[in-house]
Amino acid sequence: MSAPTHSPVTEPLPRPSGLVGFAADWASDQRTFKNVSWGKAMMWIFLLSDTFIFGCFLVAYMSARMSTAVPWPNPSEVFALHIGGSDVPLILIAIMTFVLISSSGTMAMAVNYGYRRDRRKTAALMLLTALFGATFVGMQAFEWTKLISEGVRPWGNPWGAAQFGSTFFMITGFHGTHVTIGVIFLLIIARKVWRGDFETGKRGFFTSRKGQYEIVEITGLYWHFVDLVWVFIFAFFYLW
Amino acid sequence: MTDVPAHTAVTEHQQHPISLYLLVWGLLFVLSACSYLVDYVGLQGYLRWSLILIFMMLKAGLIVAVFMHMAWERLALIYAILLPPLLVLVFVALMVSESHYVLFSRLTFFGAAP
Repeated sequence: MSAPTHSPVTEPLPRPSGLVGFAADWASDQRTFKNVSWGKAMMWIFLLSDTFIFGCFLVAYMSARMSTAVPWPNPSEVFALHIGGSDVPLILIAIMTFVLISSSGTMAMAVNYGYRRDRRKTAALMLLTALFGATFVGMQAFEWTKLISEGVRPWGNPWGAAQFGSTFFMITGFHGTHVTIGVIFLLIIARKVWRGDFETGKRGFFTSRKGQYEIVEITGLYWHFVDLVWVFIFAFFYLW
Repeated sequence: MTDVPAHTAVTEHQQHPISLYLLVWGLLFVLSACSYLVDYVGLQGYLRWSLILIFMMLKAGLIVAVFMHMAWERLALIYAILLPPLLVLVFVALMVSESHYVLFSRLTFFGAAP
């Protein structure tokens, strides 16, 4: 019995697209994500798990707000700032939203320049993204300070339902932590890009492996996710 | 033999014009301004809630589709990432029912204590 002969294949066969492709990719005994590297796939799966974490927080907030018999404090008034003799509702939150969206814009452009191997522009745009992120965290620290000085605590506040403080500190605190970790992540990768690690094949300090420009896109995925979570927090916590 | 090993991913790098990102950036600014205006103008009730949700979903869609390049991925990844979060809606439905019951208990048996 002769061994089956393999015809030499130099490039993979084209994959079917659409639903047929979906079924074919998920069929057994092969890797599922065909044109996505393991790094990108794992970041996506991490972000999926993070989605559930923030989903649980928002569901917890919804349950607390729906089940309390005490009136919920009006976010529009709580987060108003006194500017020019009148109270402007939610103005700081609106500015924070614009800052975070701008950081997402610069990050998307950094990914683009990364794949063009434009080291300077990539690093500069990533640093700008980190700067926007740090600005966001700074404004959040200001907001927390203001609310704490007005008497908001996790167990109570002057305006209504006690659950307001606990959900506020938990949700925005967790989101702010994510932004802070993102800023650190951005600074580390921007330094590598600036130094030219991905041209020289310098090995990373943690993994001892050579990096690629794809790490800029993976960092970008995380950063855009932080922006995405803020979209939901802005809608459900501040505007609702 | 020069076979390409079957387990090697053919990674494709996304390359789109910068103008696309600037367009989405602008759209996100406009949508954020709109959702802020919902509060600034002081709309209330179902109109307010539906507008908030519409602007939220549009912004989330733009970020995921363009900034995170999901629009150009294969369906195998899109479905793996985007379908599971829909199950959170089941959780939401459960907790809405539960919250109604908790509120009912508080009002009925505890005289509206928190």
